[in-house]
Amino acid sequence: MPLTRIAIEGAVNQQTPLLQVRDLRVSFQLDEGVVRAVDGTSFDVMPGQVLGIVGESGCGKSVTMKAILQLVDRPGRIDTGEIKFLRSDGETVDLVKLPPRGAMIRQIRGGEIALIPQEPMASFSPVHTVGDQIIEAILLHSHRWEQGGRKISKREARKITIGLFRDVGISMPEQRVDAYSWQLSGGLRQRAMIAMALSCKPRLLIADEPTTAIDVTTQAQVLALLRDLQVKYNTAIIFITHDLGVIAQMASYVVVMYLGRVMEQGPVDAIFHAPKHPYTRALLRSIPSMYGQTRVALPVISGTLPHPFNRPPGCPFHPRCADVMPACSVGVPRLMPVGDDQLASCFLHHNEAEPV
Amino acid sequence: MTRYIAQRLLILPLLMVIYSFVIFLIIQAPPGDFLTAYVATLASSGSSISADQIAALRHQYGLDQPFLVQYFLWMQNLLHGDFGLSLEYQRPNADLISEQLGLTLALALFSFVLTWAIAVPAGIYSATHPRSLIDHVLTVINYVGVATPNFMLALILMWLAFAYFDINVSGLFSPEFVDAPWSFARVGDLLFHIWLPGLVLGIAGTARLSRIMRANLLDELNKPYVVTARAKGMREWRLVLRYPVRLAFNPLVSTIGWYLPALFSGSLIVATVMNLPNIGPLLLRALINQDMYLAGGILLIYSFLTIVGTLLSDVLLALLDPRIRVES
Repeated sequence: MPLTRIAIEGAVNQQTPLLQVRDLRVSFQLDEGVVRAVDGTSFDVMPGQVLGIVGESGCGKSVTMKAILQLVDRPGRIDTGEIKFLRSDGETVDLVKLPPRGAMIRQIRGGEIALIPQEPMASFSPVHTVGDQIIEAILLHSHRWEQGGRKISKREARKITIGLFRDVGISMPEQRVDAYSWQLSGGLRQRAMIAMALSCKPRLLIADEPTTAIDVTTQAQVLALLRDLQVKYNTAIIFITHDLGVIAQMASYVVVMYLGRVMEQGPVDAIFHAPKHPYTRALLRSIPSMYGQTRVALPVISGTLPHPFNRPPGCPFHPRCADVMPACSVGVPRLMPVGDDQLASCFLHHNEAEPV
Repeated sequence: MTRYIAQRLLILPLLMVIYSFVIFLIIQAPPGDFLTAYVATLASSGSSISADQIAALRHQYGLDQPFLVQYFLWMQNLLHGDFGLSLEYQRPNADLISEQLGLTLALALFSFVLTWAIAVPAGIYSATHPRSLIDHVLTVINYVGVATPNFMLALILMWLAFAYFDINVSGLFSPEFVDAPWSFARVGDLLFHIWLPGLVLGIAGTARLSRIMRANLLDELNKPYVVTARAKGMREWRLVLRYPVRLAFNPLVSTIGWYLPALFSGSLIVATVMNLPNIGPLLLRALINQDMYLAGGILLIYSFLTIVGTLLSDVLLALLDPRIRVES
């Protein structure tokens, strides 16, 4: 695996990014006030790369992903920012500027950027068979399967679905196609979800905590499957999780988020072995170790996540930071390079603040 | 599924026997009988009847028999398809009821279809455009619709139609068609007249149903499967109709069971006010005059409709929701 990773990294550097997120801001206008769920997030995804996004619950990971697909629900709104996506025809579009119900974003959704949601149980309609729901996705983007401009039929879509089920390791695919989601086990359900996401040969897969709802053994199988499929189809994946162990297994590049901002990003080895941001360090310290002493409390990050209406001024992490300095509560540190290919937003490493 | 329906159908006769007993108990409950009511009517119009004649009539109608004997006689006749004789009209109850049943059913079904045809789209629009101007307008109309007694609405609409459009909207037919034999012209006349009573009967139900539809759909629209469907690239309206609406429908379907009989009994006051040739006024009169076998016959039909309606909604629900179908 490390070899493939290096190979991908090497290839990546000369390519144009598949997805460029720049200074994305998403806010929710609630009766009680405004929640800035994503507050100036930037990162790139290279073709074929597995990007891990890690952070606590409520740090804006999922909202960022919804923004990419233009799926932010009311009362949420994308305020500013750019999400540039390189389409399969070589054209670059800014997804933020597309009308959320327009034809172009609908072609991209499912067709070029697919989503693997968090809860496979609730993410399938309980009154339609899983096969039906996947066949529908295939027919919506049938041109991605067409040969010689001929429309594909429902029967062919069904055959494709059975093939996909086989690819994702679902046994007895012919029968499982006609099953309802609640008749499948948790692992099979997530496999079916992955089959649906892959059904239109997307170039970017967004996996939003795909393993949180399933047990550890099944989790390992699903991760292995995703890795295999990623190598087979060379699909780029944005892998969202709060589990650093999963990130270490899956990702080649990591983005660490806190309160809607990117704290640090870099290649997976740099993040795990040379973390620059105090938040990343604190996160890594709180992982239980096989070799640690038993019956000793794990180190935790002091304090709690601030209330969304009550964002601290300056660096969002400063009230909980072990290395806090007076400057931290005044300015918001920018995301700046702090080494080869690694970026951090922390005044320990540079003095650049966001313009007010 | 077939087995389930068969089971339910087998229970039906048993339920009918229980209902018939309760019905008989209730219509016998008020003090006196048909003859005391009859004597009172005669007395109020100045004529009288001798005590001997009353006793003879009472014996002839079997009203001097104990309660259980009367019940068994009634049941015996019912099992032979004989609904008995109306004490007041001196005609077979079956004839009296069947004369009214057709139009009652037509009116009820019309109002039912109207209710769903208005309530479901209105509910869907409100839920997909929450807090929009039209949603607020629909909400106000709905609350007014639920809060206005339907006989009141009937009176207002009749007055408006008469005062401003010079249309007499009482009854289901124009005067020249009331006793005419069935023809295309008479059907046309019926269709022209059925709108207003159909609307009046359905308005409260429409309002309630569209509120339920709105609330259910708002719930369903927040479910993760909607996000999944959007992420597939579906058109928004197609997606809404195919997934959340389908699921929001289930609780509505289960209301059909009690909605059908409610339309029949709910029509009583409206039908009286609007002078509709309907089973409602017939029941009201039968109850006032203690014409017990007529009232009993009508109430039995109501009970039958309730059971059939419930069965119908259960079957529909099973067809609509595989979670019920597969498990049963």
